[in-house]
Amino acid sequence: MRPEEGTMQSRAMAMAALLELLTDQPVIICNGFPSREAQKIADRPTHFYMIGSMGSAAAIGLGVALSKPNKRVIVFDGDGNVLMGMGTLATVGALKPKNFIHVVFDNEVYGTTGNQPTISNVVPLEKVAKAAGYVHVERVREREDLVYEFKDMLSKDGPSMLLVKVNEMVEDAGRVILDPPDITKRFMQAIT
Amino acid sequence: MIESDAFVQALQDIGVDFFTGVPDSILGGIIAELMERRLYTPAVREDEAVAMAAGAYMAGKIPAVLMQNSGLGTSLNTLISLNYIYHQPCILIVSWRGHGGNDAPEHLVMGEVMPQFLDTMKIPHRTLTEKTAIDDLKWVAETFMKKRIPVALNITKGVVRGLHP
Repeated sequence: MRPEEGTMQSRAMAMAALLELLTDQPVIICNGFPSREAQKIADRPTHFYMIGSMGSAAAIGLGVALSKPNKRVIVFDGDGNVLMGMGTLATVGALKPKNFIHVVFDNEVYGTTGNQPTISNVVPLEKVAKAAGYVHVERVREREDLVYEFKDMLSKDGPSMLLVKVNEMVEDAGRVILDPPDITKRFMQAIT
Repeated sequence: MIESDAFVQALQDIGVDFFTGVPDSILGGIIAELMERRLYTPAVREDEAVAMAAGAYMAGKIPAVLMQNSGLGTSLNTLISLNYIYHQPCILIVSWRGHGGNDAPEHLVMGEVMPQFLDTMKIPHRTLTEKTAIDDLKWVAETFMKKRIPVALNITKGVVRGLHP
């Protein structure tokens, strides 16, 4: 149970590269280390940090995307989260929101709880998304490919999934500082 | 009996403009009416539906989630660790299967404990009746606005017209 051969990039490095390409788009970030890392790399009012409700990040993003068709909505998800809420791949694939970009940082482990293996080493999640009806799916490892494909997805109609193979390295980041009701308020005001 | 179109219209009149959920036979007439009005976004699980409602709320909508009471069990963690603690309200329209002990075996336990279950989850709830319908919906809207948490309107069989008489 090791990350795919040649996976050198950490999730935080990949996330930083993507956040550099974003400005005021709504970003829903899944629970655990991903939310903490995003907060450390670039804390923006347009970030929704999900601290509980594992498996729900894509569904929250879908609710935003359907209600704000003129905004491009990005979800930062993990392999454990996607596996837990796998039905949402079907809902997204069926409803086909054009403004929905689903980024999955796939490190093949439940990192926040101690690196217990998931099953994404044998279940290619981007293929599941494609079969469910996502319009564009890509699987990348290298930073250059990540940036190229994400820029491409930002300019195309989706729904799209960008699966990024990352290693198990974790950024030293504290818990999400804001109180949940303040995260809601700030996010709502920022995406009006 | 309340007609489904009147019920849907009443929900729209109090401002509800995002409808999602998972079907139940008691809710069949309401969902058919919502689909006719092109207002319904189907979900595959109830916890997905409440998370979608949370997203829709943050994007400026007033969301309602339709579900069978079994779905309360499925959505328990999302309702508490998302909607409740983040102050993301939604209107839960919950069919009360197993009410009064007359239903299929899988509904009897939840049917019996549902009010206590909602109390334990700190979800304000009321059961719709034809006589009190206007008040019930007013209470739902007020609780939604004031508390900013999920609020449940329970529906027993035969109160709103279903697909099958």
